[in-house]
Amino acid sequence: MAASMASQAAARGLRTSTSKHILLDKLKCTWLSPRRWLNLQEYQSKKLMQESGVAVQRFYVADTASEALDAAKRLNAKEIVLKAQILAGGRGKGVFDSGLKGGVHLTKDPAVVGELANKMLGYNLTTKQTPKDGVKVKTVMVAEALDISRETYFAILMDRSCNGPVMVGSPQGGMDIEEVAASTPELIFKEVIDIFQGVQDDQALRMAANLGFKGPLQRQAADQIKRLYDLFLKVDATQVEVNPLGETPEGQVVCFDAKINFDDNAEFRQKAVFAMDDMTESDPTETEAAKWDLKYIGLDGNIACFVNGAGLAMATCDIIDLHGGKPANFLDLGGGVKERQVYEAFKLLTADPKVEAILVNIFGGIVNCAIIANGITKACRELELKVPLVVRLEGTNVHEAKRILTESGLPITAAENLDDAAKKAVAAIKK
Amino acid sequence: MSHSRLFARLLLQQSGVRHCYTASRQNLYINKNTKVICQGFTGKQGTFHSQQALDYGSQLVGGVSPGKGGKTHLGLPVFNSVKEAKEGTGADATVIYVPPPFAAAAIIEAIDAEIPLVVCITEGIPQQDMVRVKHKLLRQGTTRLIGPNCPGVINPGECKIGIMPGHIHKKGRIGIGGDPFNGTNFIDCLEVFLQDPKTEGIILIGEIGGNAEENAAEYLKQHNSGANSKPVVSFIAGLTAPPGRRMGHAGAIIAGGKGGAKEKIAALQSAGVVVSMSPAQLGSTIFKEFEKRKML
Repeated sequence: MAASMASQAAARGLRTSTSKHILLDKLKCTWLSPRRWLNLQEYQSKKLMQESGVAVQRFYVADTASEALDAAKRLNAKEIVLKAQILAGGRGKGVFDSGLKGGVHLTKDPAVVGELANKMLGYNLTTKQTPKDGVKVKTVMVAEALDISRETYFAILMDRSCNGPVMVGSPQGGMDIEEVAASTPELIFKEVIDIFQGVQDDQALRMAANLGFKGPLQRQAADQIKRLYDLFLKVDATQVEVNPLGETPEGQVVCFDAKINFDDNAEFRQKAVFAMDDMTESDPTETEAAKWDLKYIGLDGNIACFVNGAGLAMATCDIIDLHGGKPANFLDLGGGVKERQVYEAFKLLTADPKVEAILVNIFGGIVNCAIIANGITKACRELELKVPLVVRLEGTNVHEAKRILTESGLPITAAENLDDAAKKAVAAIKK
Repeated sequence: MSHSRLFARLLLQQSGVRHCYTASRQNLYINKNTKVICQGFTGKQGTFHSQQALDYGSQLVGGVSPGKGGKTHLGLPVFNSVKEAKEGTGADATVIYVPPPFAAAAIIEAIDAEIPLVVCITEGIPQQDMVRVKHKLLRQGTTRLIGPNCPGVINPGECKIGIMPGHIHKKGRIGIGGDPFNGTNFIDCLEVFLQDPKTEGIILIGEIGGNAEENAAEYLKQHNSGANSKPVVSFIAGLTAPPGRRMGHAGAIIAGGKGGAKEKIAALQSAGVVVSMSPAQLGSTIFKEFEKRKML
């Protein structure tokens, strides 16, 4: 089995993530996320959209204030919007440690763009969704500001209950879509897409009409819808959400903001997309784990977990909790795990200062227990294990594994079964 | 399109399509006569687990490895394609240990060859690929798929298709896997187990994400109540999982208050399922149920 990518921290919430779930559940769809939150900046998502012929505001990207000024001049637009590029949401109401208030600014004067960019780039922007010290801004987007006369909501996603792609839209865009779903469900429209036939003309036109686009705009919106679907397939997205898909007074249909979620099972064939991944706003432990293809999520507690299989890993966290302990992390080593990965995983867990005990729970089907045992003994020797270690092993090659652990001479507490292991781990801390 | 034709088409889409595929549920039943081939036979995982299957006593009759047809591996014939393997061995089932970029194509090849049971172990198949597989799968009734990203199915003492260690099993077991688009869900399994006279109790292990467990609860309410109901015990993993996070499986996520463990537990309990809060107590819990119902 190919090793899977680690889960990433979602320290920044996606702006509309909770709303998506409630909306889609009401439609009896189940929104799916990728295993790892591939982090793209707004300008990267918009570039992908541009490449698929989706209409977005004209924009440039700048890393210095003078580049921002040049960009603003080149745009030759009636009005310019300057946006700090960070992954976290809530930029509009954020504050820079330069003193500048607001991560998004509108101006008609390119010179002002340069001045503002000067107070953004290289400074930390703090918003409701960033850590309290904020995030350093390295890039700004300089875009043509467009008036929006009408906002709609449009999304395409892979839906379990429909066994494939579904498009969802509402003429009530720009606002909390979950409120729309709650108060006026008749304003939510859905079309199931056949994966082999794609979006049919009549489907696109019907959705455009339902979104409230009339006359020549209906055809324009239908065209945008088809292009968004092409993008959805092309980048192996699990969801493309446009909010708002807007109408300008000049009669243009434009995607003003988009969130794209990617299927990280498709990383092997989406190298260009995944190369854009920006890990700087992620938890450093989770980033390190990702390097070694380990699925790791940090939690609040003090008992570190070391498990193979996602279901079992979750169950291990559950059983620790049941016995009065607090898991420090979720960690799934996966099936094809190699000794080096075991070693690195152990290194990560022992480096965490809040970890006071480690619980290893391995039920080896594809996993060879001896590999786990070798990785652990090597790590313990080199890193001078300082916390109690409780080990429960079952399955493929378990006898060899137990022999390796016993002969290592390391202070390892063996457990008979999962229940016993959890109790011992919790007890080890109380000592 | 006229109203009646549109209506008929909708009906077919919703129930007719699924109805085709449910006909293949009976293929979940494996036994000592089931002939199994292995796709990805000569690869590392394929080789290791095929040897394990042979050691267990499963009737492995050959394997597929394109380009290596005509050779032998582990003392068994290798074929270039599933079709050739089926013709050469009369196989009823295939187990797939093919890496993610090629796994979906391997499943489709097995469907085209009309193999009754396909077990796909591979984790990491792109969702789009599985959506295409499922499109094909649902419109036919000859082939049943378990997985992908699953440990497999075992009928202890008779046949083992997959990666589960054989020695710990004493009852029939199907591992359906954690991917969002898969071939077999809880209801498929429940139907088989409820109708099987040799199955006395059912243990259902679920996890956060999606609503498969809630659907299973509904099914149990309708088909497993009253005097002849079989005891069902369950554990739902992920009660302690933080919301909005993906805990490993492509299919496991909770957010916005839906798809969480609490809701699933409540749904199952309302269907008469005894839910254990500990994964380690499932054996003892179902034992107690047997005692309560004087089934021992």
